[in-house]
Amino acid sequence: MAITQLSVFLMNQPGALVDAVSAISGAGANIRAMSIAEANDFGILRIIVSDSDKICKLLGDKYLISKTEVVAARMDDRSGALYPILVALSEANINIEYMYAFTASAADEAYVVFRVNDVKTAEEVLKANEVSTLSDENLKL
Amino acid sequence: MKQYYQPEIETAPREKILEIQNEKIVKQVRHVWDHVPYYRHLMEKKGVTPDDIKSVDDIRKLPFLSKDDLRETYPYGMLGTDLKDCVRIHSTSGTTGKRVVAFYTQHDIDLWEDCTARAIVAAGGTKEDVVQVCYGYGLFTGGSGLHGGSHKVGCLTLPMSSGNTERQIQFMMDLDATILCCTPSYAAYIGETLAEQGFKPEDNKLKAGIFGAEPWTEEMRHQIEKSLGIKAYDIYGLTETSGPGVAYECEEQKGMHINEDHFYAEIIDPDTGEVLPEGSKGELVFTSLDKEAFPLLRYRTKDICVLNRVPCSCGRTHVRMCKPMGRSDDMMIIRGVNVFPSQIETVLLHEGYTPNYQIVVDRERNTDTFDIYVEVAPDQFSDLMSQIQRMEKSLESALRTMLGIGPKVHLVAPKTITRSEGKAVRVIDKRKLH
Repeated sequence: MAITQLSVFLMNQPGALVDAVSAISGAGANIRAMSIAEANDFGILRIIVSDSDKICKLLGDKYLISKTEVVAARMDDRSGALYPILVALSEANINIEYMYAFTASAADEAYVVFRVNDVKTAEEVLKANEVSTLSDENLKL
Repeated sequence: MKQYYQPEIETAPREKILEIQNEKIVKQVRHVWDHVPYYRHLMEKKGVTPDDIKSVDDIRKLPFLSKDDLRETYPYGMLGTDLKDCVRIHSTSGTTGKRVVAFYTQHDIDLWEDCTARAIVAAGGTKEDVVQVCYGYGLFTGGSGLHGGSHKVGCLTLPMSSGNTERQIQFMMDLDATILCCTPSYAAYIGETLAEQGFKPEDNKLKAGIFGAEPWTEEMRHQIEKSLGIKAYDIYGLTETSGPGVAYECEEQKGMHINEDHFYAEIIDPDTGEVLPEGSKGELVFTSLDKEAFPLLRYRTKDICVLNRVPCSCGRTHVRMCKPMGRSDDMMIIRGVNVFPSQIETVLLHEGYTPNYQIVVDRERNTDTFDIYVEVAPDQFSDLMSQIQRMEKSLESALRTMLGIGPKVHLVAPKTITRSEGKAVRVIDKRKLH
């Protein structure tokens, strides 16, 4: 099951992130994972939150925001754990546009978020390789 | 010793100039009436016939022409001769949709080149000189205009066209160029590049430069004169009236002498169209006096200007115009290219952006910077940076195609461009040109 990532267009200037984060927390959301891509003039804040539909609606008035399906794969929090996952995706000819990782509440667990060109195939490949993935339901705490 | 290209006309007594103008305007109006139905209709609507025009004093009875008329009649609607008698066209830099195309017979080319020859001689040019023309050649009038004048004077002409500064400098130094013709910002750039390469101003053989096609300040003149070790002369013109050489500076460097035997100048109130008294500041209007292929009567330049009839110590008797002090429309001249905000708006809408944008023009190291801030539209936003940057590049390329000059596009968040109460502030020009 894929999860929903929210992408927020922010200006690349002091204060922009503070405002966005304050708006997100004000909406009562917990940011489970995040990353920022930057260009000269602007940046894209990518977040995984507990209730993406609600946050998207609440922030939509103030921010340019879009939803994207991404794959969150569970992996062991140890050296070498990422490698077989990448090999599996690569062999299935899945292109990773970008990725970022976060550790889970369990001490030996981590999650890696993949933005890929083909979510469905990516999930099938991961499942076949006994890698479990998160769904939006899992994020609702 | 004072030098003129055509002394008998350049220093003619005022009465003589007036006599020439009066004689020419009668013929020119008749020529337009007979050959340009579009303008004939404008005259008929105003109830004017050629019989009403007996001298230049009657010019004020004639209807105005603007760039809109030229677009309206594109391409042949203003043609004053058979096409088979035309030998060349030139065209204005980037305009919305339709360009303005001007036609020339050999006679028109001749009188235009006389004008630029006068400018070259006024800048001290003789047949001993080596004239480096680095205005663009092609549809733009700058290159061929100065090129033709240089030929008439008998100078050795280096038809360099614009760009490739390394090569410009190589030819300038190896062939001992003495007169440089280009935009003032390019002259400043050449000066800087020479200094960077370790050349001193006295290392080159240049003595003068004839610079135009964009606004420049007295400060910039001093800077160019110092960096190149030359005297810098201003030149004015527009494609619609022929090209550069409508007016040019003499050694006094206090205003540009208008070639009044070919162009009649008026200053009007841009709002009412009323002719303003001598010495007033207003919009400059030109009437061609002896053109065949593209005769324009009362063409509104949109340049704000003052005319000065005080006799000049150079001996030329033709009226002087000041450097344009601004525009009565929203046209900007950026790196020598005419840019209208409406062109930018057209591209933005065509490319799927909102018409919320802001243009910022500045000048760094004597070169214009040109930035456009554009709000991202929701349907263009993506989580992929590569996709947004591709859109940004594609917008830049579409703008470059439309404008003929490449702006730097900056995408900004929606609703971040200041919206003012009344008219949106579309253009911020920090250059302090006037």
